[in-house]
Amino acid sequence: MSNRVVITGLGVVSPIGTGINDFLYSLKNGISGIKHIEELVNLNFACTIGGIPDISNSEFLSLIEQNELVEADTSIKYSVIAGMEAWESAKLKIPEINSDEININAGAIIGTCAGGLEIFMRKMFPLISTGKVKRLGSQIIEHWMSSGSVATLSKILALANLTTSNSSACSTGLEAIIMAYDRIKSEKAKIMLAGGSEPYSPYAWGGFDSMRLLSRKYNENPKFASRPMSNSATGFVPSAGAGIIILEDYEHAKNRKANILAEIIGTAINSGGQRQGGTMTSPNSQQVISCITQALEEANITGKDIDLISGHLTGTMADSIEVKNWKTALNLNNKFPYINAPKSILGHAIGAAGAIETIATILQIQHKFIHPTINCEDLNPEIKSTWNKNKIPIETIEDIEINYAMKASFGFGDVNSCIILKKIN
Amino acid sequence: MEKIKKECIEILKKYTFNQEVWENFNDKSSIIDDLKINSARIVDIIIDIEEKYNIEITDDELDKLKCFQDIVELIKSKI
Repeated sequence: MSNRVVITGLGVVSPIGTGINDFLYSLKNGISGIKHIEELVNLNFACTIGGIPDISNSEFLSLIEQNELVEADTSIKYSVIAGMEAWESAKLKIPEINSDEININAGAIIGTCAGGLEIFMRKMFPLISTGKVKRLGSQIIEHWMSSGSVATLSKILALANLTTSNSSACSTGLEAIIMAYDRIKSEKAKIMLAGGSEPYSPYAWGGFDSMRLLSRKYNENPKFASRPMSNSATGFVPSAGAGIIILEDYEHAKNRKANILAEIIGTAINSGGQRQGGTMTSPNSQQVISCITQALEEANITGKDIDLISGHLTGTMADSIEVKNWKTALNLNNKFPYINAPKSILGHAIGAAGAIETIATILQIQHKFIHPTINCEDLNPEIKSTWNKNKIPIETIEDIEINYAMKASFGFGDVNSCIILKKIN
Repeated sequence: MEKIKKECIEILKKYTFNQEVWENFNDKSSIIDDLKINSARIVDIIIDIEEKYNIEITDDELDKLKCFQDIVELIKSKI
């Protein structure tokens, strides 16, 4: 287990841009992707805003038609667009359609939380419940199954290693990346596409709305609605999209002269067991801390080495608990790393969030900036007393060297994941 | 008959990705071997035909559909 795992490609579909260039621009400039959604008004949602990607100008849009995905779940379409951008940006070969050659060294793990739900509700439910099962047609399964994303990418790229889908609520996207890292670390694969994809669906968002977890006081001002770490936060803002990265064995990447964007040097996944204060919906802080310290141990660095934390930070009461957990886990006294909340700009893309936000973290390392946490001018007092306020930037910081950055995701089911990324010189 | 043929070609074209397969097309063209239609899509073609002509096609009838002419004759016998 001495091999190193690096990142050589990125692909994104998000409310702030489809494609890395647009995403990077909005991230760097703190431009919110949150908008009014008329359908949610008509359905009597308390939260009538969210982040929905626009894929209409994607250079990979023709693949949707070519692969018979016009009627597929949006999460699968997003995965194909993000996955192909990542693959191409890593300068990996796209096989000929008619070639029988397969890539036994390359696989994919792409997770989703509610992928497929739209197809269930809008297509399967009306037909099956009215006795018209025969009308479902031949592609309904591949259009909703949670492994539909990897199955389609496998078809296009002849991926012949592990191709699977994971699901762990809001931890899904980052968990997929860590599972793919393990696959390469254990020398069972050389290249893995990994990440998460989440569709826009009122049927997925409705439950959160009913739980009163969603922001409901900023419907008239969508761009101000996602307020992680703010004293006036009223809940998270749901969004959709996909983030997919290419993980690669370092020697493999070096031999083919790939452009290495960052190295993964430490990871951890655990669960709080829904004990010790942990429940289905809130974290066992002890295990959150343990997840972060395990990643540090694997990376063989200390909390003081970290330059940037990309938090899970959603805009709920859990933000102040999370910030305290970071402080304890990193064993910080006076010197604090920067911490920012990508969800302030992106909203919360549930199963895709961890992957999209890992991409945001890699871009900050690569392009030497720290994106602002927007809408937190009125910092939550508890967070203010825990962290150095100057290390929670509300404006973009440029020309800054980030040698080590951490990203964590936490989710329903009391699940945690954490990753440490290192700059490659 | 010509009208049905034309309509059937329109339906089948939805499931042929390489439109070059139509260059040597004739009534005896095999749906799978000549038109290169994915065998799983036969079910979708049947759904389209049933909806268009308001007819029912049984499993036995479906199994016998091999070439273009089989489809046209089956429709003709039912409308």
